[in-house]
Amino acid sequence: MLPEISLNILDVAENSTRAKATLVSILVEADTAGDLLKVVIGDNGCGMTKEQIDHVTDPFFTTRTTRKVGLGVPFFKYAAESTGGSFSIESQPGTGTTVTAVFVLSHIDRMPLGDISSTIHTLIVYHPDTDFCYTYRYNGREFTLDTRQFREILGDVPFDTPEVSAYIMDYLTENKTDTDNGAVY
Amino acid sequence: MKSLEELKAIREKMQNQVSMRAEDHTHTRVVVGMATCGIAAGARPVLTTLSNLVQEKGLTDHISVTQTGCIGLCQYEPIVEVIEPGKPKITYIKMNPAKAAEIVDKHLIGGHVVDEYTMAAADIK
Repeated sequence: MLPEISLNILDVAENSTRAKATLVSILVEADTAGDLLKVVIGDNGCGMTKEQIDHVTDPFFTTRTTRKVGLGVPFFKYAAESTGGSFSIESQPGTGTTVTAVFVLSHIDRMPLGDISSTIHTLIVYHPDTDFCYTYRYNGREFTLDTRQFREILGDVPFDTPEVSAYIMDYLTENKTDTDNGAVY
Repeated sequence: MKSLEELKAIREKMQNQVSMRAEDHTHTRVVVGMATCGIAAGARPVLTTLSNLVQEKGLTDHISVTQTGCIGLCQYEPIVEVIEPGKPKITYIKMNPAKAAEIVDKHLIGGHVVDEYTMAAADIK
């Protein structure tokens, strides 16, 4: 099992980059009044055929050749649905894929969000050819990190330059705290 | 909220430093498996540790830390491969941040393979 929601996000977004997406958008939205935690991961990668979508939540289906099981998506679906939430996946070959998972925030079986800032940092820094648009929303307040905007400022200075990498991490953690006042959930 | 002005300042600073990190034949690659199996076993903190230490110790001119998908040995994750030019690939298995730090010190800096963590040393049936 992936014990944190953020690790599930990392896993699904890794699939997006392997689907040759040039842009991956990630939304994490917590709404304490509505008692929901919503995660949406969308990409403009190669997408899936109808047959692949039908099988994507089957743990014994994978398009990989390195192993015979594909547990990432089934884990995520199970984690969301076991809280009374929902899970859906939409995809068009050649257009991209969108994965939506909704968790009931107060449900005892909801896994913690985990270190979402480190997860997004890992995705950005280690996928220099992919753009990420990450939005974090908490009770109506939000911030966004769009690597296209960062890239415009940085020019040819890569994201894995120590100073830039540290800035990205600080940007994520400081803005998250400003958005949710350090809420842990 | 953290502003983008700081990023502009970094850009100004870096502009004068030409950092050509060509991935040529003298470059060592450190690769971490980051598929579901790797992530579930704790690959993310291993990747972060390796990357931070390589930066802190100023090794980025000849060592790059990258990630890959499933290597096909899920039961031995987190897996770290060290690929040095002209040498056979070394595969470290069941890594954690402490072991990763040891690899940086002994292997990447010291030049000695940490045999006890390699796949070759494990009793694989």
